[in-house]
Amino acid sequence: MEEREHAVGKSVKRVDAFEKVTGRAKYTDDLCDKSAYVVRILHSTVAHGIVKSVDASEAEKIPGVVKVVTCFDVPKNYFPTAGHPWSTEPAHQDVADRLLLQEHVKFYGDDVAAVVAENEVAAAQAVRAMKVEYEELPFVLDVQKAMEDTAPQIHEEYPNNILKHTTIRNGSYEEARKEPGLIKVEGWYDTPTVQHCHIENFICYAYMEQGRIVVVSSTQIPHICRRVVGQALGIPWGKVRVIKPYIGGGFGNKQDILYEPLCAYLSTVVGGRLVKLDVSREETFVSNRVRHAVRTHIISYVRPDGSFAARKIECFSDQGAYASHGHSIAAKGLGAFPQLYPCPNVDGDAYTVFTNKPVSGAMRGYGIPQAMFALESHTDDVAKAVGMSPYEFRWKYLMPVGYTDGFSKNVNYYDTFHQCMEKGKAYIDYDRKVKEYENQTGEVRKGIGVAAFWYNTGVWPISLETSSCRMVLNQDGSIQVQVGETEIGQGADTAFAQMAAETLGIPVDQVHVMTVQDTDITPFGTGAYASRQTYMAGFSINQTAALLKSHILDTAQELTRHTKESLDIINGKIIRRGDGEVLMSLADLAMEKLYSLTNNGHLTAESTYQAKTNAYSFGCTFAEVEVDIPACRAELTNIINVHDCGQLINPSLALAQVHGGMSMGIGYGLTERLIFDEKTGKPLNNNLLDYKLSTFMDHPHLEGQFVENYEPTSAYGTKALGEPPVCSVAPAIRNAVLQATGVAVDEIPLTPHILFKRFKEEGLV
Amino acid sequence: MSEIQYKLVRCTINGEKRETMVDVRASLTDMLRNDYRLTSVKKGCEVGECGACNVIIDGECFNSCIYLAVWADGKEIRTLESLMGPDGELSDIQQAFIDETAVQCGFCTPGVIMSAVEILESGKEYTRDELRKLLSGHLCRCTGYENILNAVEKTMHKRLEGR
Amino acid sequence: MYDMKALYEAESVPHAIQLLKEHPEAQIIAGGSDVLVQMREGKRAGAELVSIYGLDELRGVKMEEDGTIRIGSLTSFSHITKDPVIQKYINVLGEAVDKVGGPQIRNIGTIGGNTCNGVTSADSAATLFAWDAVVELTGPEGIRTMPIREFYIKAGKVALAPAEIQTGILIPKASYEGYYGHYIKYAMRNAMDIATLGCSVNVKLSDDRSILEDVRIAYGVAGPVPMRAVHAEEAGRGVLVSADSIEKIGDTVLEDVTPRDSWRASKAFREHIAKVLCKRALKESVRLAGGVIHE
Repeated sequence: MEEREHAVGKSVKRVDAFEKVTGRAKYTDDLCDKSAYVVRILHSTVAHGIVKSVDASEAEKIPGVVKVVTCFDVPKNYFPTAGHPWSTEPAHQDVADRLLLQEHVKFYGDDVAAVVAENEVAAAQAVRAMKVEYEELPFVLDVQKAMEDTAPQIHEEYPNNILKHTTIRNGSYEEARKEPGLIKVEGWYDTPTVQHCHIENFICYAYMEQGRIVVVSSTQIPHICRRVVGQALGIPWGKVRVIKPYIGGGFGNKQDILYEPLCAYLSTVVGGRLVKLDVSREETFVSNRVRHAVRTHIISYVRPDGSFAARKIECFSDQGAYASHGHSIAAKGLGAFPQLYPCPNVDGDAYTVFTNKPVSGAMRGYGIPQAMFALESHTDDVAKAVGMSPYEFRWKYLMPVGYTDGFSKNVNYYDTFHQCMEKGKAYIDYDRKVKEYENQTGEVRKGIGVAAFWYNTGVWPISLETSSCRMVLNQDGSIQVQVGETEIGQGADTAFAQMAAETLGIPVDQVHVMTVQDTDITPFGTGAYASRQTYMAGFSINQTAALLKSHILDTAQELTRHTKESLDIINGKIIRRGDGEVLMSLADLAMEKLYSLTNNGHLTAESTYQAKTNAYSFGCTFAEVEVDIPACRAELTNIINVHDCGQLINPSLALAQVHGGMSMGIGYGLTERLIFDEKTGKPLNNNLLDYKLSTFMDHPHLEGQFVENYEPTSAYGTKALGEPPVCSVAPAIRNAVLQATGVAVDEIPLTPHILFKRFKEEGLV
Repeated sequence: MSEIQYKLVRCTINGEKRETMVDVRASLTDMLRNDYRLTSVKKGCEVGECGACNVIIDGECFNSCIYLAVWADGKEIRTLESLMGPDGELSDIQQAFIDETAVQCGFCTPGVIMSAVEILESGKEYTRDELRKLLSGHLCRCTGYENILNAVEKTMHKRLEGR
Repeated sequence: MYDMKALYEAESVPHAIQLLKEHPEAQIIAGGSDVLVQMREGKRAGAELVSIYGLDELRGVKMEEDGTIRIGSLTSFSHITKDPVIQKYINVLGEAVDKVGGPQIRNIGTIGGNTCNGVTSADSAATLFAWDAVVELTGPEGIRTMPIREFYIKAGKVALAPAEIQTGILIPKASYEGYYGHYIKYAMRNAMDIATLGCSVNVKLSDDRSILEDVRIAYGVAGPVPMRAVHAEEAGRGVLVSADSIEKIGDTVLEDVTPRDSWRASKAFREHIAKVLCKRALKESVRLAGGVIHE
């Protein structure tokens, strides 16, 4: 009698951990042959202008320089860069506003020319030796100034630099706010430009083989990369092959097509030779993607009991110089407002606006960290205005059980928010501390804050959601699994192995997930983005495993003469359902089938699942701070995130995701900000010394806990977790500072500079 | 650039005596990755800010990106590749990184583990805050550092108990 | 791969001087944590380098017969921190350089490099100023010494003559005997950072510990080069050890510091923090000296 061992829900070790702790995991640069030519890009040193000429004569004389390509040389195929699924409807396609190199440069750091050289020293010397003549144009860095009629026009087709404006008009804001006795609460909330800072910079290399171009890239989205390289070079997409090796983090930056098209193009101009484009850290900050800085204006009309009568929200999202992911971020953020605290009368406006700054794209949380900073900071302001505790206010007014979003059809099935808040409150000893921290007067004051969030799992119904999976049975009863969803460090491959093992009834170590993806081999899929991997791949893995299992049991019927229906697979063995008797091992079955002289066959399954569901993911943060008022410093001393991401596939990997997201949220709330010179638009701190992402010494213990409510729409009961942990951290910290000092700081990060300014205004220093 | 200048660099790498002619412009990262194919030595910033290229030289940790290859002459260098035993067995600290889920994208991992090796070989017991400081030359964007600390702390205690 | 024109490795101090004479355009490289970074940025690209990294004779700390503490210029930060002589007599210097960057940087960074690059944010500099350190320079004409305050000429410029190298930093016995000090680095995060402001203070108390016999207050990033707050020191000399005195001394530093507005911090912010750090470092120094601050 064989007892079924479950694979899902267990903290199995990462499938790639051994390679990574031994240094054997090969990342892009580790694979690139040392004979590769090296590319260096000449970036714009003006924030806005027209390149009049590029003098490369000195550069071309430098020994080792192979080729200089300028903005005047490249094909004029405009292409989009966002890592979104393509749409066959032109109206839904991403904005195609990029060229390989730009004559009309739109930010300090834009791409003007590229050098191909035999070595990096020659390439760097050549870039320094080139002389660019610009016709400088006026530029604008502030999102709202960019909307003024007198602002410089960055893209001709977009008046007032507005890439897109969308609205929410629920009920009647104007009528509802006339209700007598309402209290008006208004605030402006600012979030900064930040960068992903994966430790492996973006890197790719390209070469030609059999008339096709092969690109090996540190990307989250190999299949999308293939499409965009095809679009940019104006060649059939099948002429492009993209390989994704191990990747050193992405967080959304690599959910954009960065320099793969340029690298591919440069290979074609040097006869298809191997060309490597290895982006420096400084370039990663400026010439890849950043998180949209969003300024949000909220007006709430609340009744004395705290209930919302009417609300108005305006979001101004700083797109930077090119469209990339565009308005999706602001639209997602705006969409979050009316759902977290339902209110019948909401006016919402979201504007995505071009500025002469680095390009904003996808970054972990995709608009929600910005929205939650504004909304959850404002929530504390509202609670204060009506004299309720921030906890009590949320307890009463957060999205109720049974709430359904009309658009996504997401349902809040369980009493999740209350469950999460209770866990967080208990851990941090909220009630006692809130009381203890009232009315402090000393130089150092403590405070405690809370914030909540909701998050979508995938992109349906805004975009296509599809996952394809292939499984192949080996002679020993193990299988290969391939999906288009990519491992980028988060642990997806391990979760995939567990899910496949669960459905198929084989041990996890008998599942080999192909981590290196190759668009020639990997089934079509759109890659790692949103927090879709486990949810979406779960469908196709579940479906494909069931299919393979059916093929296996067909074979088992042939071999055992029992009916298929009476058989099952448990722990890699064919058993008889009735009595649990083991009839044969899967390995024996596979050998029989693969080498049979009478009924030979290769057991494999492949299928696509198009998901037409999405799922709410929920959670909250409790943060405790110690504010040193004279030193203008807020130190985070205690923090907990509580998440409901459905059933945990792998609890320890899930917790690790939470830690990473919290860390990013802490940086967002306290230290990180990319700064630009007002006079030139030049980025000032685009390196890891001056851009302050948290070090080992900047965190307290990071506590993560879960509420596991099985998600009914999901193949394995699971839903979003990759991005959610970053969403509610910053407002919780801000609210803790508010409790400690009575000072509302509506701009993050809460650096000493900003605290100094606010404490001065409030007379504390 | 005039004639390229080379120098013979003799050193011990992962217990073996090695020598090669090195372009004097090379960093130690360049030498280890290109000449010896020790690709655990990662490039994350090339200016000594991230710690991904960290190796042990004569018992102390250095960011090899800002260490000239020629300075390695006569030195004893250890990279992550040295930790595995002759029969493929992992060292306790490598195993702890697996067991504690201290690895995510894995790009900072080799450098962090080498700092952990220096810490553990000191034979001293450190508080968690002291460990934070001793590891603070490494940036990691995936883990929030939490599980890395757990892995190092647990291995430290195990070794101290085993003495 | 660094874009350098040539590299000359010195085998001894006289050899280094000879190399510098032969290659007057060459830049000296000690640990390289500044020079190599600048070279990669393009600022020093194509330069010739004279490497003194191999000169082990310039490493180590020792107590000389007259009680002078001698720190070889190539001594790394981590070795200074761990050195028993430093720990016993001027522990604050070990603590200050233990705040530089992270562990790997403290293994490569040298106190000579830290002072010779002439930057105001050097974590060692404020403390060396506060302890009246003397720098020893060796050149074609032989050895000379000068107070560290004279060594710094302006931002990025120190008093190194052609073909001269810094070979040691000396702390005379009179500078440390009876003094107790504390350094506060104010930065935006707790590791891998440069100081927004650094303040190093030391005090000498009367035998009954009730009077501040001497006070030395030094800053990094409060001006273009590290500096002493002479007015504040004057205000603190010979006064009663009290909270009041400390407030007064701290407020007086505004007569001394001359920070500027930069994207890293505003002048107003740095001035505010300068006062806060001075008061806190004073309190801690008094405590270390065995004094009690009466409110």
